[in-house]
Amino acid sequence: MAEETKIVMLDMDVEGISSLSVYEKHGGYAALKKVLGEMTPDEVTAEVKKSGLRGKGGAGFPAGVKWGFIPKDKGEKYLCVNADESEPGTFKDQAILEKMPHRMLEGAIIAGYAFGATHIFIYIRGEFWKEINIVQRVVDEAYEAGYLGKGILGSDYSVECTVHPGAGAYICGEETSLLESLEGRRAEPKMKPPFPAIEGLYDKPTIINNVETLATVPAIIERGADWHLSLGTEKSPGIKMFSVSGHVNKPGVYEIELGVNQLDFIETICGGVKGGRLKATIPGGSSVPVMPAANCDCPLSFEGLQDAGSMLGSAGFMVFNEHTDMVKVIEVISRFYAHESCGKCTVCREGTHWINMIINRILRGEGAMDDLVTLQDAADGMEMKSFCPLGDAAAWPVQSFLKHFRHEFIDYIEGRKKLVPKYEPVGAIGHHKLVKPAY
Amino acid sequence: MALTFSKIPGELLEKFNALEEKGKYPKRKSMLVPALHIAQEHFGWISDEAVAAVAEFLELSPNYVKGDASFYTMFFMDKPGKHVIQVCHNVSCYLEGAEDIVAHLERKLGIKCGGTTPDGKFSLVTVECLGACGRGPVVQINNREYHEYMTIEKIDSLLESLE
Ligand SMILES: Cc1cc2nc3c(=O)[nH]c(=O)nc-3n(C[C@H](O)[C@H](O)[C@H](O)COP(=O)(O)O)c2cc1C
Ligand code: SF4
Ligand code: FES
Repeated sequence: MAEETKIVMLDMDVEGISSLSVYEKHGGYAALKKVLGEMTPDEVTAEVKKSGLRGKGGAGFPAGVKWGFIPKDKGEKYLCVNADESEPGTFKDQAILEKMPHRMLEGAIIAGYAFGATHIFIYIRGEFWKEINIVQRVVDEAYEAGYLGKGILGSDYSVECTVHPGAGAYICGEETSLLESLEGRRAEPKMKPPFPAIEGLYDKPTIINNVETLATVPAIIERGADWHLSLGTEKSPGIKMFSVSGHVNKPGVYEIELGVNQLDFIETICGGVKGGRLKATIPGGSSVPVMPAANCDCPLSFEGLQDAGSMLGSAGFMVFNEHTDMVKVIEVISRFYAHESCGKCTVCREGTHWINMIINRILRGEGAMDDLVTLQDAADGMEMKSFCPLGDAAAWPVQSFLKHFRHEFIDYIEGRKKLVPKYEPVGAIGHHKLVKPAY
Repeated sequence: MALTFSKIPGELLEKFNALEEKGKYPKRKSMLVPALHIAQEHFGWISDEAVAAVAEFLELSPNYVKGDASFYTMFFMDKPGKHVIQVCHNVSCYLEGAEDIVAHLERKLGIKCGGTTPDGKFSLVTVECLGACGRGPVVQINNREYHEYMTIEKIDSLLESLE
């Protein structure tokens, strides 16, 4: 039977844990003290490398390896905490920002020490107004207590910290766009290489890490790499926070060891499927392929989900019962990518737009069988051919819905179903970013 | 550099200066998005005055500032109603009935999505995932507070509570 394993979420429900004094009473900042007192920066990086900690923002890149890419020479280096959390279905970083912000900050300072960061920027999506204020208060407290600023806790390590708001753009979660946004430019992705670790913010070496990745670091320092390796699977060591939404009885954020069986997870931790039998899941945020129920008997790990035809992604775990209209779901997903495409490259800008238009045409009962070919072509034309991974993220859902739920599209095309739109969406004031069915 | 900020109202300049002090940004241009938030709060939207103030403060051209602001959905590029109702209709909120909430609001307010009531009290827009998917449907007001687990009844009482 699946169980929760609370590491980042340990003590998250303790009253007042977002304040420094309560966090310290529950062992907070002990890891930072250990690092500053007993470990060299290289030892910290080596320990995190050895632990196998993989990034929790979506791509799963080993954190310690990434820190190791930073050049050793002196000078300005930056750590950007990615708190843009905009992947549909994902809301676990929000829980950390609201309830356990000091654990993220402690992890960030440890990471900063490991590779010599001179300044930490915490980039929080602008809609998280409440969380921005909480994190600013937390940063102020940390400065006052001597955990930030000059000569931290009497050591010779110094680092500054800035809390920075976004303003509503999914693409800002992509690391190079985040840097562009932070530099005061339109947030369009940049060419890699140079990778941010070599030339990042203001052309200086920069690490971008997800909130949850950093919030896992203190536990690794305190309990050791071997402890972390003893959790999870060989290729997916450790734990992961899942944001659970959709047709389950107990939606919410759950932290589990990687490798737990997906069906067991739904049944025992998420309280089972609500309103009928399981039809499908999207296990890793809207960007990953949909999984029909028949494929869901698999481990929730990087490799387990990949072998079963999907991906872990951000672990934004969405559940669909048997009554869900999958064509409508992919319409919503495709609208999202059309809305959020930054417009820099043609395949993604045009592809996302036309895909959404065609799906809307099918829903209205005006589709033809040819449309399924066009949809496939448009998605294939974006996959691996776009400037940044948003193009792939927009293609995979379309391809997988066509593969697994083709019959539902055909029901619309052959006139057995029809859906009249309830309204025409307008996604911002005065932007005319309207995604409007043209025919 | 002795700059006189001729287009920046005094109260706004104080907030800009506080941002500069607190932000400790290695380059001033990084203040663009935070300064736009502050200007929007002051003027109610990204009006020409707001653009001029931010441009002057950061020594950028007004067109550059406007071009950047229009990249982000939270910036109102037109004068909105007093209360902007932002309904999330991404996947999880859709599953919980977000579309019915938008349709209900359109009917009740007598406006289309993207519009503003004639008395200037309410504007209505749809937004994409707000990062609270387990508590949907989610509605945000004026880029600020979240209202979760929304129903038609709760929307009605929310409307009444907004002066
Ligand atoms: C379109 C797009 C959106 C992304 N959004 C986020 C996000 O909201 N939060 C996040 O941490 N990573 C996001 N990422 C991944 C980041 O680019 C980056 O891989 C990650 O922040 C690295 O941190 P990690 O190694 O700790 O996971 C996004 C990537 C893409 C392509
Ligand atoms: S793939 Fe899409 S989001 Fe990425 S650069 Fe191209 S247009 Fe922009
Ligand atoms: S889908 Fe509405 S908050 Fe995520």
